[in-house]
Formats: sequence, C-alpha cells, structure tokens
Amino acid sequence: MEYFLTYLYVFLVGGFICMLGQVLVIRTQMTTARILVTFVILGVFLEAIGVYDYIFEFAKAGISVPIVGFGASLAKGAISAVHSRGILGIFTGGLEATAGGIAAAVIFAFIFALIFRPKTKKS
Amino acid sequence: MEMQERNKRYNDYVNARIPKTHAWPTLLRAFWVGGVICMIGQGITDGLAAIFPAMPKLAIASYTSIILVFIASFLTGIGVYDRIGAYAGGGSIVPITGFSNSITSPAMEFRSEGLIFGLCVKMFTIAGPVIVIGVLASAFVGLIYLFI
Repeated sequence: MEYFLTYLYVFLVGGFICMLGQVLVIRTQMTTARILVTFVILGVFLEAIGVYDYIFEFAKAGISVPIVGFGASLAKGAISAVHSRGILGIFTGGLEATAGGIAAAVIFAFIFALIFRPKTKKS
Repeated sequence: MEMQERNKRYNDYVNARIPKTHAWPTLLRAFWVGGVICMIGQGITDGLAAIFPAMPKLAIASYTSIILVFIASFLTGIGVYDRIGAYAGGGSIVPITGFSNSITSPAMEFRSEGLIFGLCVKMFTIAGPVIVIGVLASAFVGLIYLFI
C-alpha cells in the first residue's frame, strides 16, 4: 500500500511537471533548449528557497527525474560545498553534484553516435 | 496594396494548411508518458536500494540518473526516442531522459560532419545553454549562501 501511494505520487507529480512543459510547447512554441533551461532554473530556485525538499519528501522521483531535479542538485551541491569549502564551493559545488549525469550523457552520446546512424527523418 | 492582400491570402492559406494541434490530447499524452518515465526512475531507485542496501542515498540517486540517461541515449540511437517525442511532446523533453536525448540526437546527426567539428562540437547545441545557465544559477545560489 505504501509503495502504491509512493508510485501514485511519483506519477501524478512527474506527469504534472511534464504537462507544464507541454503547456509551454503549445503556448509559447518554446524550443527544447529553452524548456530545459526554464525547468533547470525552476529547480535551482526551488532548492535555494528550500521548497524542493518538501516536495521530494512525498513526490520522490516525480520531481527528481524531471530536469527540475537536475537544477535542484546543482543548487544543493553549491550550497553544501559553500558550507564546507567557502568561496571555492561557489565554483565546484554545482558541477560536482551533477557530474555523474552530465558525464554519462556525454559518454553515451559519443558512443551511440559512433555506433548508430540517424534514421531518415520522417516528414 | 496588392502585395499586402497577396501576403494576407498566403498567410490564410498557410494557417489553413498547418496541422492543428489540439491542446488537450497532447497535454494528456505528455502527462502520462512523463509520469511513467518518473515511475521508471522510482523503480530503478527502489531496485538499487533493494539490491545494494548499503549504498548511500546520494549514490543511488546518481546511478538512477546515469541509468535513465543510458536508456534514453540508447533509445535515441535506435530511433525509438524520437517516436516517443513525437507522441508525448513535453512528456519526453522535461525528464532527464530528454536532456540525454538532446545530447545524443545532435551528436548522431552531425557525426557525418566529422568527429571533432561535427559530433563533439554539435553535441552541445541544445544542452550547452542548459549547462551554462545551470552553472551560473548554482554559482549565484552558492554566492548568496556564502553570506547567509
């Protein structure tokens, strides 16, 4: 039952955030890059004001899998690094916390771009 | 005068021709596909926690991202993610899988223009701004927290 509730929240919150993205697509014809940037900033902001953790408490992957979670990790990393290392943390904190995701994206993109050929564009 | 009228007629023609996006079905599709991707992420997290009980939470979160990035990158490679994207719109862009797709997709597309100037340079056409803004924003937050 507990699992069921968790996954329900994950689905509802995650779905809702993705739907907001689709609203942006329809309303503003924003490009992919702009949508991603918008949600990353939203994540940084939510983490900075401390709201993110409250949402994560019940929504779990519903908020951490959307790119909002990536923004929150950036901010969380910066905040904790500043506490432990001072000024250096401003520079190292953000990327340190997100290094895994970024490196994985670069590495797999490189490998798969070498292996696979792009499919012919559908009209 | 005649020109304006012609332009207007042309615009009307174009507007009549472009496929109408009905908003509601696309919102619903973005919702359920996005929600399912998040549930898969939660499944990976719970799975890792069950298999490796000693693993710290932070490491589990990182592995979850990495696995999702891997899956999305692979699906982009075999051309499946594009189809999910055509169906789900924002539902495929907003999750971290969309970030992965936004790097793999141009990398594949510009592979033919060379390894360095094609693949490596164009890899960040979409993700570049995301990382730049992300780093700037996190540094800004760090700066604020330095003083409070």
